[in-house]
Amino acid sequence: MGVIADGFKEAFRLLVTLNDEVLGITLRTIQVSGASTLISVLLGIPAGTVVALNRFFGRGFLINLINFGMGLAPVVVGLAVWLCFSRYGPMGMLDLLYTPTAMVVAQTIIAFPVVTGLTLAAIQSVNPKMRLQMLGLGATRGQYFLLLIWEGRLGILAAIIAGFGRVISEVGASMMVGGNVRGYTRVLTTATVMEIGKGRFELATALSILLLLLNFFIVSVMSHLQQRGKN
Amino acid sequence: MIVSLIFALALGLILSWAGETAEPAMKDLILATTTSTQDSGLLDALLPLFEKETGYRVKTIAVGTGQSLAMAAKGAADVVLCHDPESEKNLVDAGAVINYQLVMHNDYLIVGPPDDPAGVKGKSSVEALKAVMAGESFFISRGDDSGTNKKELSLWKQADLIPSGRKNYLESGQGMGATLQMASEKRAYTLTDRGTYLSQKGHLKLEVLSEGGKSLLNIYHVMQVNPEKFDRVNAKGAKAFVEFLIATQTQKMIGEFGRGKFGQSLFSPDAGKSM
Repeated sequence: MGVIADGFKEAFRLLVTLNDEVLGITLRTIQVSGASTLISVLLGIPAGTVVALNRFFGRGFLINLINFGMGLAPVVVGLAVWLCFSRYGPMGMLDLLYTPTAMVVAQTIIAFPVVTGLTLAAIQSVNPKMRLQMLGLGATRGQYFLLLIWEGRLGILAAIIAGFGRVISEVGASMMVGGNVRGYTRVLTTATVMEIGKGRFELATALSILLLLLNFFIVSVMSHLQQRGKN
Repeated sequence: MIVSLIFALALGLILSWAGETAEPAMKDLILATTTSTQDSGLLDALLPLFEKETGYRVKTIAVGTGQSLAMAAKGAADVVLCHDPESEKNLVDAGAVINYQLVMHNDYLIVGPPDDPAGVKGKSSVEALKAVMAGESFFISRGDDSGTNKKELSLWKQADLIPSGRKNYLESGQGMGATLQMASEKRAYTLTDRGTYLSQKGHLKLEVLSEGGKSLLNIYHVMQVNPEKFDRVNAKGAKAFVEFLIATQTQKMIGEFGRGKFGQSLFSPDAGKSM
């Protein structure tokens, strides 16, 4: 219990003294996970909507794949991306290993199926009669799309929150492809694991508290938007 | 209104990073090393000096010895700092690494519960291990192909014992810190390097029961990944790093590292000596 109390004290101290290294790590966490979530959202919402609305050969299999992707083990993604970007791997010439960009790639691969799958479910649960009504009132294809996304916004916002939550808490892939390099690819999760390994429990607890606070704050904002949109 | 504000803020944060990565080409150097080396804090003390002097940015990738040597064998790193001379020799012989230099050494310790139920205290390393296996107490192994793990296995070999499969032999598969914590919790014995033990002592209920002797020496070498075999390595940077580590000034710093915090040096500088 003492460790947790000390952890809180340490977290408070780090924040109040605006500790450079910790601030840098926190900012990088937001940037990397934020970028991954943004890309997953830009790709996933349209993808989920398209799959929800269209019948095509292999649709069932694709939906299976998306749902499977939601549970994809991050450490497996990390290994795959590492092998891909390692110097003599297929994309080694890009020199992306141990960079924040590689972390964004891995995290996007993890978040994309989550956003797509939950969007798919959200669109599919929009009342079919409402869909007919839109078309009946003369909505163009584009308008139909956007209106449906608006109707499904509760579920879609949940998709974004879930995608973000998945990547900001992720450590296996980030560690593998980022390398936890000080001042460059170290984020809150990888720093916490390292400090635990060093036996510095108070610092690890402090970093965990910062991570939880960050997560809570960002998700609160998104939840507020989601629940406001209920009216 | 609030949505657009938040979106703008988010975009701003993300774009500020995009600007950061477009900085001028700072020469990157990938240093593969072990978790215990990183955890000792030595690199945190030395690397900023190297970076300032030479302008290289060192990406320290701290993984288990097995992985760092595998990275070297694949040309995935530029320079390696490691402490498993036997495995390193294979790489030297295969021509995967060049400029193989002795840097420093420290030692391993056998630690265990203060009441020492297996009666290990004062015994040599090999006798100590035999004593643990003969009793009821657990022995925790790293079990992760690390330098420490390989040293431990070589000691079992000298003791003519095969510990794996015995019910009081556990393999943590984790780093030294985590393994020490496990040993402390389970009142077990383990092999550790002095540096990690000293820095974690405050959290552990373990004492040093066997130390000293040639078999517990932990010897560090630095080496360049062979640029002739792997054309993508940063050969200049790697060479500069090797030279930095064996330079007199750096060696002096290595010898003094840890004195302030632990009252004793963590490493003994050895550059230029024969093993």
